[in-house]
Amino acid sequence: MSKTITLTIDDRKVTAPEGEKLLWVALENDIYIPNLCAIKEEGRPSASCRLCFVHVEGLPAPVTSCTQAVREGMVVKTRTPQVDRLVRTAFELLLSDHRLKCSTCPQNRSCELQKIARARGLKLKLKRFKSLGKEYPLYESPGLFTFDRSRCVLCGRCVWVDHEVAKVGAIGFARRGLKRMVTTFGNIDLDASSCTECGLCVKACPVGALNFTGEQSSEKDG
Amino acid sequence: MQGVTKRHYVIISKGDVFVLKPSENEKEIIIEHVAEILGGWRADRENLIPILQDVQDRLGYLPGVAMEKIATAMDIPAVDVFGLATFYNQFRLNPPGDHQFKVCMGTACYMVGGNIAMDSFKRRLSIGEGDTTPDRKFSLERVVCVGCCSIAPVVVVDDMIEGKVTPTRVDGILLAFEDKHQKKDDNKGNQGQEGV
Repeated sequence: MSKTITLTIDDRKVTAPEGEKLLWVALENDIYIPNLCAIKEEGRPSASCRLCFVHVEGLPAPVTSCTQAVREGMVVKTRTPQVDRLVRTAFELLLSDHRLKCSTCPQNRSCELQKIARARGLKLKLKRFKSLGKEYPLYESPGLFTFDRSRCVLCGRCVWVDHEVAKVGAIGFARRGLKRMVTTFGNIDLDASSCTECGLCVKACPVGALNFTGEQSSEKDG
Repeated sequence: MQGVTKRHYVIISKGDVFVLKPSENEKEIIIEHVAEILGGWRADRENLIPILQDVQDRLGYLPGVAMEKIATAMDIPAVDVFGLATFYNQFRLNPPGDHQFKVCMGTACYMVGGNIAMDSFKRRLSIGEGDTTPDRKFSLERVVCVGCCSIAPVVVVDDMIEGKVTPTRVDGILLAFEDKHQKKDDNKGNQGQEGV
């Protein structure tokens, strides 16, 4: 497992332990691949955001780099017309289910979506798709954070830290398809649930769905 | 449609919230049944769906206390069980009513106004899709095609199929049940008096 191999990403030779997932190898070597749902410690990636597509020579279609293990002599391109098209569509679909009012968003300038848009030359505007315009009531915890589902991109990072790091199990996914949402058991408010207000999920949120309020509002970044 | 403004729609779905809470007495019975069902399975996550199916077969729905009990037995967060139960359409979180209305929203029924029939039921019963009235007499569900598209829009009332359902027909269906209940109540009343 600890065998070191060499592969080529965007004409650069990099070394990595065999079996490591391509996404993490690229990121460690300062080659940015857009990603939202990826969690390094997670055994089986959910591969649900569909943003980390790359082209691997020899494979017929682009693959998600979070699920692709690196092999000796692998040749990877992070940008091809096919990859860009897939990423653009996935990104636009995410935006169609996201409240796009960056100027009023507490996460403005440190939002992962903005970072992806900048890196890939994508617009934070909807052209092809209509906004779903879902409106959920804003949840405000007593003095610590707010939860705005209208800005949630369903990456699952908050659910993962809640389950695996905080070991609380207060939040999870519910419903299916366009109605999918992060919620508590029985859809009750967080303060009535088993939530301990540890704040780990707020730190994990890559977009403006979970935000600290008050004094801690500057604690969250990246 | 309800809750729709020009550009935004608000997601209203009460069907996956525990609107009707079981009484203490019911809770005990539920927990007994669930414990019995859990005894027949290895408490492993891969058995979660079949266990939930068994519980629903036995109780008619998945009460919150049942889900919590199952989660404890499997040592997983209750919210994961909830997530699974709300993911699949086959599971219901509220007890079925004595009489069930299943409004067809298949393509044919939808095109000729299945949603109008659905809205009529919602309005008349003051409940949403997947809900049960507080007196547990009626419950409302959406189904997709019951196989008689020629008489669309179709509503399945208990096991009877009603075709070409207009809002007036909805009123008629409900009135018939009200009459029936009225008669039953009257009979009960009379018997009671005779008893005295």
